[in-house]
Amino acid sequence: MPGDAALLSVEGLSKRYPTGDLALDDVDLQVPAGQVMALIGPSGAGKSTLIRCVNRLVEPSAGRVRLEGEEITGLGATALRRARRRMGMIFQEYALVERLTVMENVLSGRLGYTGFWASWFRRFPRRDVEQAFRLLDRVGLAHMADKRADALSGGQRQRVGILRALMQDPALLLVDEPTASLDPRTSRQIMRLLVELCEERGLAAIINIHDVALARDFARRIVGLRAGRIVFDGPPEALDAEVLTRIYGEEDWSRALRRPEEEDAEEAATAA
Amino acid sequence: MAVTCGPDGIPQWRRRTPRGDLLAWAGWLGAVALTMLCFHYISERTIWAFVWDAPAQGADLVSRMFPPRWSYAAQLWRPLWDTINIATLGTALAVLLGVPVAFLAAHNTTPSRALLRPAALFVIVASRSINSLIWALVLVIVLGPGMLAGILAIALRSIGFIAKLLYEAIEEIDPTQVEAVEATGAGRAQVLAWGIAPQVLPAFAGISVFRWDINIREATVLGLVGAGGIGMQLQASINVLAWPQVTMIFLLILVTVLVSEWVSARVRHAVI
Repeated sequence: MPGDAALLSVEGLSKRYPTGDLALDDVDLQVPAGQVMALIGPSGAGKSTLIRCVNRLVEPSAGRVRLEGEEITGLGATALRRARRRMGMIFQEYALVERLTVMENVLSGRLGYTGFWASWFRRFPRRDVEQAFRLLDRVGLAHMADKRADALSGGQRQRVGILRALMQDPALLLVDEPTASLDPRTSRQIMRLLVELCEERGLAAIINIHDVALARDFARRIVGLRAGRIVFDGPPEALDAEVLTRIYGEEDWSRALRRPEEEDAEEAATAA
Repeated sequence: MAVTCGPDGIPQWRRRTPRGDLLAWAGWLGAVALTMLCFHYISERTIWAFVWDAPAQGADLVSRMFPPRWSYAAQLWRPLWDTINIATLGTALAVLLGVPVAFLAAHNTTPSRALLRPAALFVIVASRSINSLIWALVLVIVLGPGMLAGILAIALRSIGFIAKLLYEAIEEIDPTQVEAVEATGAGRAQVLAWGIAPQVLPAFAGISVFRWDINIREATVLGLVGAGGIGMQLQASINVLAWPQVTMIFLLILVTVLVSEWVSARVRHAVI
């Protein structure tokens, strides 16, 4: 079967919430190993629901999700927990456990591999702690290891969120609006870090993002979702006014489609 | 609410319609009339001669209460220590039993909404509906007089208090932090320990010391029904009309309550 070659394979996925809203409508999607993919679309298009259906934080109503050939839909509770270890999730509001330290938050990525009492007494294997220190060092937060998570800035918190996901030793990252709470510069830094880490480790990623410019600059593939259906799937270069209208609706897209460098040039010109 | 059109065609706005105004005034009139009626009823059943005599009686009692019998304090340290122990052990027992009840009662942590949650809510209501003094009265009959009855009375009353406030705190936690821990592949117990417990810890500490603080005050009267503590001395002193001793007991209780308030304020301040 052609779908088996993909790392993640989603077939006929639908989700209807108890309120009656159809958030996902028969979605088919294949993500090969190592591919960084951006999922764009208007608010309420079902982007969040889609990635939450993949790790079943949201239970899909119909369809199948397979990761590395294993069918995630239909797994029992224990098997699902085992499967979730291979899918790191990164959240919009970081979703760090605020009252735990940075180190505890990073190590919480290993919970799926650690027994309850070992995790209760914070006795993580030495290998995990070393790995945590290495990663913290990699993102420049080693000196913050003992700080409480709520003492960090937004960009720092999101880095910790990324490290927590990486500690899981995942094959796939599910990233939900990683930059929505960050300023433009930090947003670009976080996106760059994400893409670099994915390349270093050969990770695939599905990045929900509503900033089209960021999606175009950092992703290899763009999938457009509208009202629960995939309406575009292609390389970032193929994003033009017609496609954006198909995804988001009628609007004058000419300004949004300029490269950031052009904007900088224009700003410089206006300033001068 | 009441938008009307003036003769010049300009819309006019008032808070209520004329009918609404009338109803509001009628409501106030009714409330005043009811208050007067109630007062009249109470007045008819009061022997006013005694009330007019009250200042003289009060002054007489106060004159007999002062000065406090300072030497009596020597006999009070032990019962006072018992009182504090009754409150502390009772609170500890209530915490031990109340915390699991709270997790069963909170709709986001209960394992069974149909069965265990109603049972837990019933435990909470049952415990809260009976005052410690009444619990003590019953327990002294069952267990005989002494501290054990007092400790259990305090505990039985406090389980509901602690469980109710704690389950409300559990229901108000940030669900995305819990989701984030679930997404790592953590087990149920780990989600509780890593995602939920850190979030409710400040509320838990605040509720526990608050209840301890209340229990110190409640424990001072349990002796009136024979359940140990300084209340027994109070009862004995009142029975023999030893008013200077009563004053001494009041003073000690006042100081103890002040100290317990200070301790609980410090604890709440420390755990935020």
